[in-house]
Amino acid sequence: MGWKTSGESWGTRIGVILAVAGSAVGLGNFLRFPGNAAQNGGGAFMIPYFIALLLLGIPLCWAEWTMGRYGGLRGFNSAPGIFVALTKNRYSRYLGAVALLVPLIIYMYYVVIEAWCLGYAYFYLTGELMKGAEPQAYSDFFGGYVGSGSDGFLYETGRGRVFYFLIFTFFLNFVLIYRGVSKGIETFCKFALPIMAICAICVLIRVFTLGTPNPDLPDQNLVNGLGFMWNPDFEKLKDPRTWLAAAGQIFFSLSVGFGIILNYASYLKRKDDVVLSSLTASSMNEFFEVCLGGLITIPAAFMFLGLSAGQFTGSTFGMGFVALPNVFAMMPFGRFFGFLWFFMLFLAAITSSLSMLQPVIAFFEEGLGLKRHASVAFLMLITALGGGFVVYFSKDLKALDTMDFWVGTMAIFVLAMIQSFIYGWVLGIDKGEREAHVGAHLRIPRFVQYILKFVTPVYLVSIFVGVLWFSSRDYFESLTKNRVAGMSVAFITIVFLFLLLLTHIAGKRWETEGRFAEIENEK
Amino acid sequence: MQPIGWLLMIVSVGSVLTLVSFCLFRVLTLPPIDVEDLNIAPLEIDTHDRRDMD
Repeated sequence: MGWKTSGESWGTRIGVILAVAGSAVGLGNFLRFPGNAAQNGGGAFMIPYFIALLLLGIPLCWAEWTMGRYGGLRGFNSAPGIFVALTKNRYSRYLGAVALLVPLIIYMYYVVIEAWCLGYAYFYLTGELMKGAEPQAYSDFFGGYVGSGSDGFLYETGRGRVFYFLIFTFFLNFVLIYRGVSKGIETFCKFALPIMAICAICVLIRVFTLGTPNPDLPDQNLVNGLGFMWNPDFEKLKDPRTWLAAAGQIFFSLSVGFGIILNYASYLKRKDDVVLSSLTASSMNEFFEVCLGGLITIPAAFMFLGLSAGQFTGSTFGMGFVALPNVFAMMPFGRFFGFLWFFMLFLAAITSSLSMLQPVIAFFEEGLGLKRHASVAFLMLITALGGGFVVYFSKDLKALDTMDFWVGTMAIFVLAMIQSFIYGWVLGIDKGEREAHVGAHLRIPRFVQYILKFVTPVYLVSIFVGVLWFSSRDYFESLTKNRVAGMSVAFITIVFLFLLLLTHIAGKRWETEGRFAEIENEK
Repeated sequence: MQPIGWLLMIVSVGSVLTLVSFCLFRVLTLPPIDVEDLNIAPLEIDTHDRRDMD
């Protein structure tokens, strides 16, 4: 059957791989992973980590790539349409609204963090962040910069420096997304990823050539720094939270359950490979995470801060924006390496945030019939409202934290469970396997299909219940006790209802165009 | 650093480096995409021949 497609497609094979890898590589690779590992058994953490990669991460990526291309070949680039194509049920489009909500809400606070990174890179260039050895100076600087002291702090005159970086970052994202999949996202990622790798390798070489930076403290050396990160504590493997943290890390790191891979893969052509491409993108993400993140962050922090580096392992922002600036200030040529580090984090964040906009843009275009400039303007308006909300309610970063938990943690599990169910039980593993191998340059072993059908859903449900059990109590309590937390959840709910309404309108349009009938009549 | 720490680090980093090298090697050594797979319209040359010429 001759399906009408959007006409957009990737320019090159390596381009799509770099775009997906760029989407996956973010702050979590360099800040969250090392902290997670150091906190949960060091080297022992790698055992549940690699098990989760093999049972959860790589199989789910293969499934998402396959489903995305399947939907794209039937003329749909957004999750609501792709779900209809996969299930042949027009009502499944409402489930696809979750795949619009997740990237949209995450973008609203991610762009703010992105602006922090750009600001820090700039402050290294000007030398403003070289504040000496006192840790409190960095904590105070970060608090003032992000306005964590009180709500509306950054809107007061003279305190909103972050806005310059935020506005620049915000528009850069939309300029790139306006240029389209190939000329915008792909071209940017082709330059950004190699530059990120070069910056990170430079910082790695710097850390590995530091030896014993302070001769008065001979224990704070490179080998002990590596030991602080990698020496195993096998007792931690008996704690279910270690397994939960490892599975969660793999899940967030590979961008599974964000609805992004579905969208990106939908621009592939029939004979384009999905199996090798997916594995390559995943392995590139692992390279940035294990080989760079795992060898730089914690060893560097230990070499300058000693055992007190341990207090930052539980906090991504504490490690990234307080501990590491403190480290760079004490490091020889630290100003230059601090700039390289935060510029690399900015690039990593921007390749991720671009991927959060594209699924929603695709939906506005194909679902509502908007032209590119109209859909970009509409999305700018929505995300500016959300970004403004996050920046205004900055006290203790409560709005950001609440959105991150309910959408950036819980909703992505829900979406991954939906996708896993559709692949394993609706599309079916036999058909899924056939689809995956069209144009494939690598074969997926048969047992992986059984993992996708039986193991992955159980694994996902277990993690979901585990996160609810161990982490959600405080968030539930804060809904009633903290006004900003309640407002943030109300904001998320309003956006979700709005997306459901748009999905309903899109469905009516597709029905009128006869696209549902085409899908439902397909053999 | 303990020997088991070294071992875990080397195995972890080594496994990832091996996997990413294998994948990149495979991707970069694949034959170029066939011309018919590109979104380029087939070459059409109007020769001005007419079927009813003769």
